[in-house]
Amino acid sequence: MTDVLEAIDIRQRFDNGGAAVEVLAGVSLRVGAGEFVSLLGPSGSGKSTLFQIIGGLLQPSGGEIRMGGEVVTGDRGRIAYMPQQASLLPWLTVAGNIELALEVAGTARAEARRLAHEWLERIELAAYADRYPHVLSGGMQQRVSFLRALLMPRPLMCLDEPFGALDALTRMQMQQWLLQLWEQSRRAVLLITHSIEEALLLSDRIVVISAAPAVVLHELEVPFARPRDETLWTDPQFNRLKQQIYGLLRQDDEPGPPPLRAGGER
Amino acid sequence: MGNKWLAYWPSAAVMTALLLLWQGAVIVFDIEEWFLPGPAAIVRETAAIWPRLLEHTGATLRLTLLGYALGTTAGIAVGMLFHLAPGLRRSTYPLLVLSQNVPIIVLGPLLLMWLGFGMLPKIVLLVLVCFFPVSVAMLAGLGSADSSLTNYMRMIGAGNWTIFRRLELPHAVPSLFSGLKIAAAYSVTSAIVAEWIGASKGLGYFIQLSARGFQAPRVFAAVLIIVLLSMLLFGAVALAERRLLRWRPRSTEGGKRP
Repeated sequence: MTDVLEAIDIRQRFDNGGAAVEVLAGVSLRVGAGEFVSLLGPSGSGKSTLFQIIGGLLQPSGGEIRMGGEVVTGDRGRIAYMPQQASLLPWLTVAGNIELALEVAGTARAEARRLAHEWLERIELAAYADRYPHVLSGGMQQRVSFLRALLMPRPLMCLDEPFGALDALTRMQMQQWLLQLWEQSRRAVLLITHSIEEALLLSDRIVVISAAPAVVLHELEVPFARPRDETLWTDPQFNRLKQQIYGLLRQDDEPGPPPLRAGGER
Repeated sequence: MGNKWLAYWPSAAVMTALLLLWQGAVIVFDIEEWFLPGPAAIVRETAAIWPRLLEHTGATLRLTLLGYALGTTAGIAVGMLFHLAPGLRRSTYPLLVLSQNVPIIVLGPLLLMWLGFGMLPKIVLLVLVCFFPVSVAMLAGLGSADSSLTNYMRMIGAGNWTIFRRLELPHAVPSLFSGLKIAAAYSVTSAIVAEWIGASKGLGYFIQLSARGFQAPRVFAAVLIIVLLSMLLFGAVALAERRLLRWRPRSTEGGKRP
């Protein structure tokens, strides 16, 4: 079975006033069908740059992107996307925002309308369907933003630190909520995060990358059975893995010999 | 309703006091009517020549509305064009600013010379006045769409046309309305200037005529109507803005609503 996404040896250099700054120094990763993969790395490690390359907004200096086996480097409009800020258009209603995203993805207007209302009902936000986004709380806006991505008929969902701007409690609730919704649909997901707990709770597999110039430090399968819930946080193995990943990232932080590229080659 | 009255009564009281003071001064100092008429004399004169005033007002209103409609439409179109063609904007923008630096009092006689005494030179003058604030506001609005929203639209694969139509254009509407309001405030007075320079009807012409004949009450009557027209046009644009921008959070509108 072909992977939904393969990023092969992606390199990115930016010209910064004459001096070339290397952001990605050969990052490879893959997302299989129905797989939830997290890309974990410190802030400023070029995670968002990698997303822009996958989204087709940036042409990489080297490497290629494949989706479903096809080379699509630089192609736009192949992913569903959920940004860090909810990014709802303030002049469209909640349902209107979902409809817009679906229409951009090629869904017919009537079908987009039907799906938006049906799913808003399902996530218990039907009362807000015809309201403007500013009346929603931050957490509710992110629910709409996730739903919008979930409904887009695209093979891969890219979530770019979707809970980064939320307070700790809302963030935990949102993770639970997303987990439940995702476990029913099992779409292929690539999640960017710098939270180790978030990555462990949600993903099937975690790709740990270093600070810029980014390389893959480690890749691990998350062994917990699904469906998962917050009881995981007290699991001793959860804490062991957390320590292990933390160790990797801290080690990378220290000056010294470059870290081993364990699991980076596939 | 009670709230509204509470907000307006201080300014209404000041207005009334000023009018009374004015009338009182005219009576006490026995000022001649051709020099400074009191409010009562102005109202009396307005009523006396009402049909004539109405005719001139109609002419001014037609000129204003036609010029405003054409000028703002041109402003919106040029704003969009400049946004979609940055090369054109860079090369033509200085010229546009230049056109605004020539005083309309100079431009008026020139237009009259070139285009004759009909409606055309006056409309061109108004178009020139209304066009500029609208095109600048439109251009600024189109160019200031939230970069995170633009990035989102690009990430989901929206093309330039979709981004223009679904993101930049609706985003530009509040800014566009500030341009439309400025143009509305200028358009009536500009119509008066245009009529002043050369016309055979309209309030501008009527004022000129009355001033020459030292008929101060008539000048004031016309001024009163000009002020009302300006306020009406501005109010109409503000009302359209309110209706169109319902999506905006209430707090930015200022004041409580019943």
